[in-house]
Amino acid sequence: MIRFNDVTFTYDGADRPTLDRVDLVVGEGELCVAVGPTGSGKTTLLRAVNGLVPHFTGGRLSGDVLVDGRSTRDFPPRELADVVGMVGQNPAASFVTDVVEDELAYTMENLGLDPAVMRRRVEDALDLLGLHDLRYRPLATLSGGQQQRVAIGAVLTASPRVLVLDEPTSALDPAAAEEVLASLTRLVHDLGLTVLLAEHRLERVLPFADTVVLVPGRGEPLSVGSAADIMVDSPVAPPLVELGRLAGWHPLPLSVRDARRLVAPLRERLAGSEPPKAEPRAGGPAVARLDRVTVRFGDLVALDACELEVRAGEVVAVMGRNGSGKSTLLGQLAGVRAPNSGRVDVAGADPTALAPRDLVARVGLVPQDAGLLLYGDSVAAECVGADRDTGLVPGATAAVLDRILPGLPTDRHPRDLSEGQRLALALAVVLAPAPPLLLLDEPTRGLDYPGKARLVTLLEELAAAGHAVVMATHDVELVARVATRAVVLAEGEVVADGPARDVVCHSPVFAPQVAKVLAPDPWLTVDEVRDALEVEAVRG
Amino acid sequence: MSRPVLAGPGRRGLHPGAWWLWAACMAGAASRTTNPILLVLIGAVVLYVAAARRTDAPWSRSIVVFLRLGLVVILIRVVLVIVFGNRLPGHTLFTLPQVPLPSWAAGVSIGGPVTAEAVLAAVVQGLRLAVVLVCFGAANSLASPYRLLRCLPAVLYEAGVAITVSLSFAPELVMAITDVRAARRLRGRPTRGLAGLRGTAVPVLERALDRSLQLASSMDARGYGRRVPVARGARRTATAATACGLLLVVAGVYGVLVAGSLPGGGIPFVAVGAVLVGAGLAVGGRRTNRTRYRPDPWLLPEWLVSGSGIVALGTLVVAGVLGVPGLQYVLSPLRLPTLPVVAAVGILVGLVPAWAAPVERTSSARGGPTSRPVAGTAPDTGAGPAPDDAVSTVGLPRGNGA
Repeated sequence: MIRFNDVTFTYDGADRPTLDRVDLVVGEGELCVAVGPTGSGKTTLLRAVNGLVPHFTGGRLSGDVLVDGRSTRDFPPRELADVVGMVGQNPAASFVTDVVEDELAYTMENLGLDPAVMRRRVEDALDLLGLHDLRYRPLATLSGGQQQRVAIGAVLTASPRVLVLDEPTSALDPAAAEEVLASLTRLVHDLGLTVLLAEHRLERVLPFADTVVLVPGRGEPLSVGSAADIMVDSPVAPPLVELGRLAGWHPLPLSVRDARRLVAPLRERLAGSEPPKAEPRAGGPAVARLDRVTVRFGDLVALDACELEVRAGEVVAVMGRNGSGKSTLLGQLAGVRAPNSGRVDVAGADPTALAPRDLVARVGLVPQDAGLLLYGDSVAAECVGADRDTGLVPGATAAVLDRILPGLPTDRHPRDLSEGQRLALALAVVLAPAPPLLLLDEPTRGLDYPGKARLVTLLEELAAAGHAVVMATHDVELVARVATRAVVLAEGEVVADGPARDVVCHSPVFAPQVAKVLAPDPWLTVDEVRDALEVEAVRG
Repeated sequence: MSRPVLAGPGRRGLHPGAWWLWAACMAGAASRTTNPILLVLIGAVVLYVAAARRTDAPWSRSIVVFLRLGLVVILIRVVLVIVFGNRLPGHTLFTLPQVPLPSWAAGVSIGGPVTAEAVLAAVVQGLRLAVVLVCFGAANSLASPYRLLRCLPAVLYEAGVAITVSLSFAPELVMAITDVRAARRLRGRPTRGLAGLRGTAVPVLERALDRSLQLASSMDARGYGRRVPVARGARRTATAATACGLLLVVAGVYGVLVAGSLPGGGIPFVAVGAVLVGAGLAVGGRRTNRTRYRPDPWLLPEWLVSGSGIVALGTLVVAGVLGVPGLQYVLSPLRLPTLPVVAAVGILVGLVPAWAAPVERTSSARGGPTSRPVAGTAPDTGAGPAPDDAVSTVGLPRGNGA
């Protein structure tokens, strides 16, 4: 269905090709997952399928990309719209109308479908993605996860034969991600839809994948195969696969269910070890406090008399379903908007009243759309600017960036970076001055597992040095690794607040993979299991 | 083909074309007069309508931005006249020290006497430009740029990207200002004053252009501008008719704006051009088979709104042709402008949309936040229930229209 014949693609001004002699075949009715490190060219590969690369990016493409027998040489993206549905990495940027319903109908209008058909398909998409209550809502007012679901619905309505999705689940809460992937699988099975998707949260998509394409980047050749085969030595692997490698399981488990069948021997080896206990709460002084804060947007209550105290040395994970008020809560702590009622206190001051210079000395926020923070004209300029803004020694920001994502080309314009690289740059800009309160909104979107591990180390160091970190995230594996405390929001209210270990282990939705496999014993991460096994080995 | 579905409950806004037509007419009216009272009246009418009928959509701030821009234009004109002169003879207000310039710079002067006439002329000219800008801002804040793009006739697809960018740039610019301000604050950089302005301008322009281009590429990927094969002759006729028609309209509009440059005030040119464009669009429209999910209807409110603009413009054009006194402000001898009553009444007709246009409900009764998600202000809130229980278990059926 999708065929790349010896495709080489070089962006204008780049010194080496992003795609180098790529040969790839994705058969009809196949669900294919592209995996690879941050910035390895997955997005370029995906965008080449419907011709957005090179028709809208410029650059040189040699070879041939065929979709359903049509070459992107002869057919520009618009003439492929009936075959290929494309959902980009940043759904908000891809919207072309202003209301949910119109967005769902847009492609069908261009294809000239009968209004009766459109009407029915719009209803189906609203049901399929749980959007019926949002149908008349302006797109600009939706949360990140809701926008993602609208973007997926908007391409599904045209019933394309090929679906291309770039990180479709990163912005979704675990339950919604599961539902979206299950719906996709159903379409693949029932209607023979071909799906090519790129994703960094492999723990979510691998169980559904028919084939996996590893895009190693740096001009190395792609490898294609079954998920279990590719995962044997893939540089990016979900915790489940790591656990499988550690325990020496064969074949590697791809779903929790597979792993639970193999887990008995590992359980015996761990029988003598005690799983780590939830640590008592860090006893530092309070860094920030929300006091009965209510925030309304129109007649919608985003935060409802929310109470929260953040102490120095804590890493607080704010979790909750899409649209539960997580980003609003971070925005309140950063003084982006004044609350409708209640009081926000950050280091003894009201953050909305602070001058920018004083604000940045107290709080750092990485927003969901990290690119917003960046407006230098190169990575290097951005780092220098950040040093100057906050009075750091020259090179400090660059050094932090190098720790999160080594080897980022410094002459590149932030706009030309991949989503994950941009996030890493924004993280560096905010983390470098090390303000006492750090706010991170979805800090792992587009970041590969090694990058995530380096971020975790960095955050642990900052927490140990007495900085408070609050992060809004759907990434349960990240929460399991770094958070000391977890707060669950629902409809703008705090419904759970406690040690991260307890909160995630007691919820089937938020439990990380390792915890699910080894339940009822509360092991959270592969590292914990590895440490315990090493201790056992020494003892035995 | 079954009947189209009409707009959903509680969300009908005025057709964006009607807003643009009304705003264009008001701008045209402003360009036909130099009487400051009439100009201020036009500005006030437009501002009142915009205030009464704008929604809480992110682009509705356009009017504020363009109003400020207009004030800056007046200021710049006055400062330029004071410094470089337009040495109108008359009542000297004060005298600036004159800078002697070499002989090759004859005709240019710096400093010298500043007359009340010169300053007034600058104010009036600046005011006229400012009113036109306010009209443009009003159109941008009242009409949704996205809906406008969807109303574009098929034959214009040729210039798809260019049109998308030009139509969406102004609203994107206004939205980018908010975004960049919020982001600069988070970076600890000044958001106000001269330093703030300097640091904001380039990223705002960059971001707005980026967004416009991104919009164009998204529209393309979603099938905007697809064609069905049509006979070559028909295509050429359509293109030729549209091109000639547009040229005539442009010439005619020039005639309308610059009194006395074309016979009949340019109106016949506009009329013939419009007919040609219409014919071209009708023929060319067959080239794409687009359908509409919820068509924007053109009903009584649309007629009233666009009609009121046409009446306002028409009154001033006719008054100009008939030579009604007071339409042009005469500076010498210096005296207060008079008020031509007929023209003023015509302009006041432009107020009709403040009542005739339906109130668009962008945030429906189910609740909708008012601001756009900006750097963490994201209204990360859902009125909807959990996705958990909301996903049905059936796949999308393949419709028979596919």
